[in-house]
Amino acid sequence: MPAPAGLRRLFDPRGVVVCGASSHPGKFGFVALHNILSQGFEGRVFATNREGESILGVPTARTVSELPADAPLDLAFVCTPAAANEGLLRECAQRGIAAAFVTSGGYGEAGEDGRAEEAKLVELAEELGILLAGPNGQGVVSTPSNLCAQIVAPYPPPGRIGVASQSGNFVSSFLNYAVQTGVGISRAVSAGNAAMVTVPDYLDYYADDAETGVALAYVEGIADGRAFFERILSVARRCPVVLLKGGATAGGQRAAASHTGALASDDRVFDGMCRQAGATRAASVEEAFEAAATFATQPLPAGPNVAVLTTAGGWGVVTADAIVASRELVLAPLAPDLLAAIDEELPPRWSRNNPIDLAGGETRDTIPKVMELVAAHPTVDAILYLGLGIQSNQAALMRAGGFYPGHGLERIVAYHERQDARFAEAAAEISDRWAKPILTATELAVAAPDNPGPAAVRASGRLCYASSNRAVVALGHLYRYARWRQRRGLG
Amino acid sequence: MPTLSEAASKALLATHGVPVPGERTAATVDGAVEAAEQIGYPVVLKLCGDRIAHKTERGLVRLQLADRAAVEIAAGELLGAAQPSDGDVELLVAPMLRANRELIAGVHRDPQFGPCVMVGIGGVLAEALGDVAFRLVPITPTDAEEMIDDLAMRELLEPFRGEPAVDRGELERILLGLSDAARSEPRIDSIDLNPLLVVDGRPIAVDALVELVD
Repeated sequence: MPAPAGLRRLFDPRGVVVCGASSHPGKFGFVALHNILSQGFEGRVFATNREGESILGVPTARTVSELPADAPLDLAFVCTPAAANEGLLRECAQRGIAAAFVTSGGYGEAGEDGRAEEAKLVELAEELGILLAGPNGQGVVSTPSNLCAQIVAPYPPPGRIGVASQSGNFVSSFLNYAVQTGVGISRAVSAGNAAMVTVPDYLDYYADDAETGVALAYVEGIADGRAFFERILSVARRCPVVLLKGGATAGGQRAAASHTGALASDDRVFDGMCRQAGATRAASVEEAFEAAATFATQPLPAGPNVAVLTTAGGWGVVTADAIVASRELVLAPLAPDLLAAIDEELPPRWSRNNPIDLAGGETRDTIPKVMELVAAHPTVDAILYLGLGIQSNQAALMRAGGFYPGHGLERIVAYHERQDARFAEAAAEISDRWAKPILTATELAVAAPDNPGPAAVRASGRLCYASSNRAVVALGHLYRYARWRQRRGLG
Repeated sequence: MPTLSEAASKALLATHGVPVPGERTAATVDGAVEAAEQIGYPVVLKLCGDRIAHKTERGLVRLQLADRAAVEIAAGELLGAAQPSDGDVELLVAPMLRANRELIAGVHRDPQFGPCVMVGIGGVLAEALGDVAFRLVPITPTDAEEMIDDLAMRELLEPFRGEPAVDRGELERILLGLSDAARSEPRIDSIDLNPLLVVDGRPIAVDALVELVD
């Protein structure tokens, strides 16, 4: 297991040198330097280039050894050809560089010779005491240091999700979702061939990282399943872990005599392993991101009881179906005292049941008031809030409809937009106050992301779910993890 | 892969707390009749041996034998059906248990994750349904509880057709016993309890097969 000191230098280096920087904007050696410079990295930036030319305003040296003697170097971002890397690592070690991210290909992914080269490189790095990330990886992102050391886009907003992936493209996918939803990233790394540092190594670092609240990983081939299980279990005790798994693994031979063996598909065994280890397994990339985003931004529910708060009937019904179908979350009936308290706030036509359908009976302060009553009640562990943004959607039509701002439209539009923003803010505040998850779902999150409702959810740092079904799935993941902890005395 | 006979498999698993029917073995027709008289009719008769892994496919299981004459005929036929390649064989005489529900449980050695305990919905549709859950050995009582809850058809464990609910505690103990067996006996490659018959709510391994590592 690599020492955390090297990982600290990888994610929060005082200075970075891009090795093999290029003046050609189509080359990775250019893109890496560009991305580091353009996203405002907090440390010093250096580069090497065979010609020693200045690139993007950065004067380069021909070799690492020729860089200024006082350059505070912690991380080498390596874009040089594989053949150059042994010599490069030796130079890096002499300059006290603790971590190298190697993007170069031609290693383990490139057949037997490549595997041998990779093993040699790892051996050398170990001997030199350098943490070797990659090779054949896309890079590393670390928002606490404004570090965008990667050969691809995007750079995500800051947040508490730590990403590690065996596929660099899945890092980009997760970061794209972070950009879209506003639920941000602490660290992200493409493990590449994971020659020295594996995905569980990164997750282990995230588990103790003050900047990270949830670990999100994509894995495919797992060399040693038993060790993987032990590592994931250890991480899950310290922080939530969301796993997305790709590909059927090498199944091995099934003994003909055993029915148990015939039923033991790799997927079923992996699934059981995840549940045992306390890891959340997601079925798709968006489900994985949304689960992680929920862990990162909502408190864990203490139990399975969900109250649905809706301004319209149909949504509540569909959401109730999804809760019941989850077979883990519970649509608990409203306690008599809660029912009586809500009666005080609404005209008699409201649903008087869970889902709590306000049935259009709300006045200016009804939604925050009812939400507060429900969240405060000890029989409720979580709330799903539906219907945010309807009025602002109408307001948008009024703004664009040709009559605005006359006919009293300016005033009503402002009122609607203010109300939706207020409701979103109230959901976050009430959730914080009672330490209970409150998930807001509306398709306007994607249909009209600038709608003041979803926009205010984003501003509160939380995810606005594109459908109540997706919110139910995410909440189910939180509940399962909370229950896993409770049953094992982990609090 | 070498296997233990059904009788030897059950004897081994019984030491790990897996409930098995009160059965007897017999070498001869007379011995089988004597065993049946003691167990009480109706009985089941099986031809059993270390090298016989698939009795049903070979017609080596006779169910619902209601009296002495039926046992005599079946015992004679089964002994006559033994082939030289079966090696040493014996007759297994078991009470005929009745149940509406069948579960399946076992141990499987996964190439990546090593030995795993399995529980699932059994019966003729077991493989088509694939309603099973796995955990890596060793499992805790909490793991045992949770893997049962993983089953999509876990409602089948509730009161059913006039029968009481499946004794969850007993089922959990069986899974813990399988985990214990797999951990403490490295010669075990896999275990099949199929079916695990639910008799008055209690799961009982009416068939068992232990495969040994080569």
